Amino acid sequence: MTTTPAATDLTHLDAAELGRLLGAGEVSAVDVTRAHLDRIAADDGLLHAYLHVDGETALATAAAVDAARAAGDELGPLAGVPVALKDVVVTEGVPTTSGSRILEGWRPPYDATVAARLKAAGTVLLGKTNMDEFAMGSSTENSAYGVTRNPWDPERIPGGSSGGSSAAVAGHLAPWALGTDTGGSIRQPAALTGLVGHKPTYGSVSRYGLIAFSSSLDQAGPMARTVLDAAVLHEAIGGHDPRDSTSIPGQHPLLAEAARLGAGGDLTGVRIGVVRELGGEGHAEGYEPGVLARVAEALAVLEGLGAEVREVSCPSFDLALAAYYLIAPSEASSNLSRFDGVRFGLRVGDDGSRDLDEVMALTREQGFGAEVKRRIILGTYALSSGYYEAYYGQAQKVRTLIGRDFASAFGSGDGDGVDVLVSPTTPTVAFPLGARVDDPIAMYAADLCTLPASLAGTPAISVPCGLSDGLPVGFQIMAPTLADDRCYRVAAALEAAQDAARGHRLLDELAARRTTGGPA
Amino acid sequence: MTTTTGDRLLDFDDVVSRYEPVIGLETHVELGTVTKMFCGCSTTFGAEPNTQTCPVCLGLPGSLPVANAAAIEATVQIGLALNCRIASWCRFARKNYFYPDIPKGFQTSQYDEPLCVSGYLDVVVDGETHRVEIERVHLEEDTGKNLHVGGSTGRIHGADHSLVDYNRAGIPLVEIVTRPVSGAGAKAPEVAKAYVTELREIIQALGVSDVRMEQGSLRCDVNTSIAPVGALEMGTRTETKNVNSLRSVERSVRYEIRRQAALLDEGVRIRQETRHFHEDTGSTSPGRSKEEATDYRYFPEPDLVPLAPDAAWVESLRLALPELPAARRARLIQEWGLSDTEMTWLLNAGALGVVAETVAAGASPAEARKWWLGELARRANESGTELTDLPITPAQVAELSGLVAEGRVNDKLARQVLDHVLAGEGGPTEVVEARGLAVLGESDELVAAVEAAIAGAPDVVAKVRAGKVQALGALVGQVMKTTKGQADAATVRRMLEERVVGQTG
Repeated sequence: MTTTPAATDLTHLDAAELGRLLGAGEVSAVDVTRAHLDRIAADDGLLHAYLHVDGETALATAAAVDAARAAGDELGPLAGVPVALKDVVVTEGVPTTSGSRILEGWRPPYDATVAARLKAAGTVLLGKTNMDEFAMGSSTENSAYGVTRNPWDPERIPGGSSGGSSAAVAGHLAPWALGTDTGGSIRQPAALTGLVGHKPTYGSVSRYGLIAFSSSLDQAGPMARTVLDAAVLHEAIGGHDPRDSTSIPGQHPLLAEAARLGAGGDLTGVRIGVVRELGGEGHAEGYEPGVLARVAEALAVLEGLGAEVREVSCPSFDLALAAYYLIAPSEASSNLSRFDGVRFGLRVGDDGSRDLDEVMALTREQGFGAEVKRRIILGTYALSSGYYEAYYGQAQKVRTLIGRDFASAFGSGDGDGVDVLVSPTTPTVAFPLGARVDDPIAMYAADLCTLPASLAGTPAISVPCGLSDGLPVGFQIMAPTLADDRCYRVAAALEAAQDAARGHRLLDELAARRTTGGPA
Repeated sequence: MTTTTGDRLLDFDDVVSRYEPVIGLETHVELGTVTKMFCGCSTTFGAEPNTQTCPVCLGLPGSLPVANAAAIEATVQIGLALNCRIASWCRFARKNYFYPDIPKGFQTSQYDEPLCVSGYLDVVVDGETHRVEIERVHLEEDTGKNLHVGGSTGRIHGADHSLVDYNRAGIPLVEIVTRPVSGAGAKAPEVAKAYVTELREIIQALGVSDVRMEQGSLRCDVNTSIAPVGALEMGTRTETKNVNSLRSVERSVRYEIRRQAALLDEGVRIRQETRHFHEDTGSTSPGRSKEEATDYRYFPEPDLVPLAPDAAWVESLRLALPELPAARRARLIQEWGLSDTEMTWLLNAGALGVVAETVAAGASPAEARKWWLGELARRANESGTELTDLPITPAQVAELSGLVAEGRVNDKLARQVLDHVLAGEGGPTEVVEARGLAVLGESDELVAAVEAAIAGAPDVVAKVRAGKVQALGALVGQVMKTTKGQADAATVRRMLEERVVGQTG
């Protein structure tokens, strides 16, 4: 059932490999870009991964890279490699909607720092990817612009909120993409589409120019088909940014190097803690057996590479979901206040017959979708006078407790704790479209495992660990603040060992289905 | 726009004999930083609308604030000058409400963790010191400015459409809040004015704002309540906005005291509300009702890291504070040998600064005061300008004073010189030379005038020689008349004595 895609198909090459070929002059940026645009033209009608594609501009950018290379300019290793950006990333002159009707037609006058850094690196922007409106959701079904389908099974969701990015990369409509993660929005869609997705340490990637959902939680990060690609993309966007006060100054860890080290396959001395509260013994309710089985197999693989595996309890993690659904909506209710129809985006009812308050209310009424309104109402209530302490205040205390659970699990670094914590990325494989749209609580449960690292601001990666019922399962690796390199190292080791055991990459099975005529 | 008011007012003296006023002041000061509070945009006043904006101060999606270190430093300086404790750790907070002039849908401000707390400012009214306690000094950002086009009032109601200028949005704003000030009795309106006056001078001395009330870089909200003398609880307060001059601060308090007393006497409850002050009538009228109290849903601003001013840094700022107005006044009273009353005159005339500069330029304190409070004050009054706006510098006043002391001009000539200087003809020495206004020495011209006077009045000469020396005055007058006042009277008298009395002796 496995067929290796033709080497001539540029959309099947890893981004790092594309960079190497481009650098060596073996392929042109225009060819690489055109290959992806062709793929988008062929498949995006079904998948709807993209909200906006500007092929002309992409080809012009690629041609400029080729010309510069021909002229002998010094170019970086990513020059000419295409990339897709989640539509939450502000891009100068390129429509940016955050998946919302309220921003329809808005062309920002500036670039997000992550977009500017990718531009400076010479990458070619293919387009902007679909997402749950304002990143609120776990299935991309909350987009104002229609659902995105999972390339593994078009009747299923691609995860969310970065579902456009996950579908684009898994479907080979982009070699890699940026997502953003507030409560799991990179890791969960990566898991459900067989990708690697990393949520960086809070403050290690600039938030300047990411349309804010929950400021104290939002982080942009890479979504890629290999651990090494994810690390390379992360390094390209990361590091201190003076435009973001919460950005961490100083030296950040070397990630691609960690990924290469991990791929060497030796994890001797690495201590891995399995979080009991996230699918561990006695806490497995709601977790699919196939998911737990793949995670157990992955742990066995890691042990086989020399890692020590033990179970660790983080009791406060049980409270993460409740705390998250107070903190994130509270901040969102404030962050979304600027969408009032006054300065940009949609304005409804300004026909001279209505006063200011009515126009603002009507604009927001028609511009926001149901889930966004639900969270604005929830957050407004949680912050209101008299309830603040009971809700927002308590949730912040839970957040502190979760941070302490992480700290005690990781110990002081003198061998009394573990180096990384692991869990399933999400309790189930990709669910069918529409299955949870009328049950917000069930939808929120998709983020159960990813929320603790979001609340603690610590890094976490999702790496594929096999299939359950023919659908990908994600394995989550969490590390202490600014130890993102550990995530990459362990993930790369797991990836290499599983690929070797399997004899091919997990995503090749998706490609094989395509060549044998459609999804399984 | 003239505002008519239907408010019934009681006599002020009657009211304050029966009610105790309590005032509170919230003062906003726009800092004179080069850039805005959270972005790099210019803060220059008066630019074309919306030319000093960027994604951050326009609140565009995705933009993030970065706090201006110079604004934080200026706020700490103000806090120190007001005897506040500087927080070792504090945060910004979001104040959430919808209005077109706040681009983000919230104002970045401070809530329960202000930068400076628990200070005080002593003000003197009629020789009596009143301590005004400062509750907090915090840092926030200014809003944009709405311009309501059409309609008669310039307010949003009745306007055809509204325009917003975001140049002001994001300019650093320091809010200084007093605790309720009670016990001032009939002096409450003057204490309020004295407080704002003193605050303005302190901020001027610190050099952190130009504190121009007419440009809105110092804005004042005045809270006023009254309660029957001896009552345990404070009355319901009103908050008066649009108080745009020092005089208005005093008048608005006075008006509210009289209005509230009339209502209370009739058994009507005071509504807690915002009122607008009207400069033309000195009255207040109700503004936005607070019946639908806005819940601002304050919470710590997650886009900014907490502020943690280093203790050593705060101490270095304290040591580097300039001499503050109160200390300066005390020193000058000593150095110039003034009475408190004389200092009050100087302050009321707004002349302390120019007098001090004139002294620094070499004039004696007495001469400097005499010029500024006398001739120059009169001329400012006549032309309806501020003393400090007269087209003459303290150095020129000192120069003129020097010419008098040297005897190069007399008082009468000096006044003429002043006219020409004010007319823009140059400095005093230049004017004296160009116009030939110097006192005549013992020139042939003067000798001739003296001898002509003696020759022309033999009867007076006889009287003097007979012992009536005071009769010489008539001859002095004659000489001064002949020389059109350009002679020095003492010199003339001496020359006359030599010629008339000297001959007999």
